[in-house]
Amino acid sequence: MTQDVATLAPRLAAICGKDAVITDPLELATYECDGLTAHRCRPGLAVLPQTAAQVADVVRVCAQENVPFVARGSGTGLSGGALPAADGVLIVTARMRAIVEIDAESRRAIVEPGVTNLAVSKAAQPYGLFYAPDPSSQQVCSVGGNVAENSGGAHCLKHGFTVHHVTGLEIVTPAGELTWLGDGTGLAPGYDLTGAFTGSEGTLGIVTKIIVKLTPIPQAVTTLLAAFETTGQGGAAVSAIIGAGILPAAIEMMDALSIEAAEASVACHYPQGAGAVLIVELDGPEQDVLAESAAVRQIAADAGAFEIREAADPDDRAAIWRGRRAAFAAMGRISPAYIVQDGVVPRTALHDVLDRIGELSAAAGLRVANVFHAGDGNLHPLVLFDDSSEAEAAAAEELSGAILDECIRHGGSITGEHGVGVDKSKYMPRMFGPDDLDTMQLLRCAFDPAGLCNPGKVFPTPRLCGEVPGVRREPHPLVTSGQAELF
Amino acid sequence: MAHTSIPASLASACDDVRPATAADTVAGIQPSLVAAPATTEQASAVMRAAAALGLAVIPRGAGTKLHWGYPPERADLVLDLTRLDQVVEHAAGDLVVTVQAGVRLEHLASVLAEAGQRLALDCAARPLPSGPATAGTIGGVLAAGAAGPLRLRYGTPRDLLIGITIVRADGTIARSGGKVVKNVAGYDLGKLFAGSRGTLGLITQATFRLHPIPAAAAYVIVSCDSAAACARLVSAALAAAVSPVAAELHLASLAGPCELAVALEGDHDGVAQRSGMLADLMAVQETSHVAAVASQPPAWWRSAGGAPQEGTLIQVAFWPGKLGSVLTGIAAAAERAGLDPVLRGSAGSGVLHLSVPRSADPARVAGLVASLRAALHDRGSAVVQHAPPPVRDLVDLFGPVPSLNLMRAVKQQFDPDRVLSPGRFAGGI
Repeated sequence: MTQDVATLAPRLAAICGKDAVITDPLELATYECDGLTAHRCRPGLAVLPQTAAQVADVVRVCAQENVPFVARGSGTGLSGGALPAADGVLIVTARMRAIVEIDAESRRAIVEPGVTNLAVSKAAQPYGLFYAPDPSSQQVCSVGGNVAENSGGAHCLKHGFTVHHVTGLEIVTPAGELTWLGDGTGLAPGYDLTGAFTGSEGTLGIVTKIIVKLTPIPQAVTTLLAAFETTGQGGAAVSAIIGAGILPAAIEMMDALSIEAAEASVACHYPQGAGAVLIVELDGPEQDVLAESAAVRQIAADAGAFEIREAADPDDRAAIWRGRRAAFAAMGRISPAYIVQDGVVPRTALHDVLDRIGELSAAAGLRVANVFHAGDGNLHPLVLFDDSSEAEAAAAEELSGAILDECIRHGGSITGEHGVGVDKSKYMPRMFGPDDLDTMQLLRCAFDPAGLCNPGKVFPTPRLCGEVPGVRREPHPLVTSGQAELF
Repeated sequence: MAHTSIPASLASACDDVRPATAADTVAGIQPSLVAAPATTEQASAVMRAAAALGLAVIPRGAGTKLHWGYPPERADLVLDLTRLDQVVEHAAGDLVVTVQAGVRLEHLASVLAEAGQRLALDCAARPLPSGPATAGTIGGVLAAGAAGPLRLRYGTPRDLLIGITIVRADGTIARSGGKVVKNVAGYDLGKLFAGSRGTLGLITQATFRLHPIPAAAAYVIVSCDSAAACARLVSAALAAAVSPVAAELHLASLAGPCELAVALEGDHDGVAQRSGMLADLMAVQETSHVAAVASQPPAWWRSAGGAPQEGTLIQVAFWPGKLGSVLTGIAAAAERAGLDPVLRGSAGSGVLHLSVPRSADPARVAGLVASLRAALHDRGSAVVQHAPPPVRDLVDLFGPVPSLNLMRAVKQQFDPDRVLSPGRFAGGI
């Protein structure tokens, strides 16, 4: 029986201090959604702990009182993964923002979950190192949130995702136990719980410290902008680059509509008349980058590029990236509202899927702008609509879902980097069978048998974690260890 | 449990079920049966039948690492996955391959090479009792979490794995991930199964990210008179703008010279320039040594995990920047134990392997392990991958395991009746 969660306020205030507990409905409204504003829910109360021990104490109170809890970093997520529970506690890690240690020789840093992604790279910069995963929200998004979502970024094509750069996690388990997964080596004995936890969207516990790998800053970086008449030509160039054995740090593509929006918004001055632009960034040792950029220029020209620009200094690079970085927000210039989709297809299917999106767009009578991480087939179709019309909003939602179906049909995924959250749990059964989803949830049951930690996310239907069939030969390990009791 | 005949339910689940022989022994325990399913569905049917019969199951690939870990508490049925030997789909344009678990790494490499691609897993090859040397099967390498020198650039199997199909203890077939590199839909069970040593389920199929075979490779090789000098060179090589893909060291004796080889890959001109630069830099760093640039790796390359099966193999993992102090600690621990292990490993990645011959006094080996663990504190581990029975009796093979209670809870969920490789893994999981 769940009590009114507000009655927990004095106990949480005793743990974290009075100013760390928010009960005022107006203040709580700040936390009612994350970066995906379509889903809103005001939390029962919010608490902003400053230490891992406080997080553990808060979670223990929730576990004792059978109250659901949700962790939130900077709230930039795009799938409603940090959507609060109305009858639950929202645990905000924003005040935990210490960079605990940088071991430059080992190329490791230990940071608290509220530290922003970019702050890690800034702190590592004096040592000639950086933190490679770079989601486009990196100025504000938190490393704790990155771990929950297994965040990527434009440069993950070469440098990998969050999971490739995390070698240890201090977490609070859903029972309120503070413990370490991994030891920073990436080779701790036993199961790779660090890897399994990363990307679990806040459903297995709350991260309180993260050991990340740092990467040497590349000696040389060069960015090419190639303009094509069609996305088909751009896609052919992408295939040829990869086929030539070149692995750029990033390959991004924008279509005519997204270029138009970006021009209107930030005047990025991409070549006139481009039906598609390709941004290719190469990094590494100078000699290799020189050779690769010459090869990429040739490939782009062969594929029909009518203008190619190259930027080797940071200012010119920023100018090329300005239009790409502004692309999502720029949609506001050409449409009252839009849905950001996040699907993945095998790179070789890009052309077919773009054609199909064009057909779906025409059939629905809605414009779709395409911005994508072309190197790894991660599409971000932006479905434009007028939110003053309910019918049009519904049509946009339907079109957005139909695009995901196309991704699945081509052997792709319903999300490349934004996560499932609340937004896409209904699509999970289209990508996975009941046995797949049931098996994934065994992990959930091992960590959170009571189902209190970020409930209602990722999976359309929760698995009951009661007695599993078969003869139990020993007490449940959580019982043996004193973490849980049977009732 | 002794089975004199093949149970009918097993025989109808799979077309290849036979009585086990001495060759099927698992760490000293001889099972009674071997089943070799040809498909994931057959593997599922075998697991269902085995569960109904209450049989303990040991999954097996090429068997190159079957002597790793503790002996199983029970072993009734060896599940031989080598008939699952198909490269299901090589999507060359997508740099992705889907393979069945029983495919040998060498076979996969030859298939991928036709398209100028590779799976960047260069595990050590090991001679099989009954035939040629092999680096093992895809399933076995995944289950062992084994990696070679290229781990510096490409990581371990979990970093290249993008999709997996497994069969649970009760026969349920499940998959996670997919065949696209970028994908965050659902839990990533591949991370959990990579390195799980056959204790959570059977791995029957896997999908990997591939990389182009580089146009050129070079090895900068130097012999140092001290381990400390070697550690300084590793540090310098990693800090230099030469993008090494591997940095391996080898000491045939802790008293002898320390050999270091750094691998560089890429375009011909780039590799030539960078290898020259690195050799010069090493000469400046340690003036008494001359670094040679070779197009082939030294003979000891990739042999990190290839220590004699009968002896003891200890994996030491640490934060890579601590290489110097770890080497000092290893030397001190070995001296205290009165042993002279062969030391090899991926110095730049923070993992070394100590190989001690079978003839070594078990108490001394146990002393070595204890000293290593004391020297590493909580930022590293010393795991005994395999050891002869007298050593096994004296040491905790895995040492302290962070969050062992959570691992036990995971095992409990996936294999509540403890039928999959029971007792073989960390904490007796």
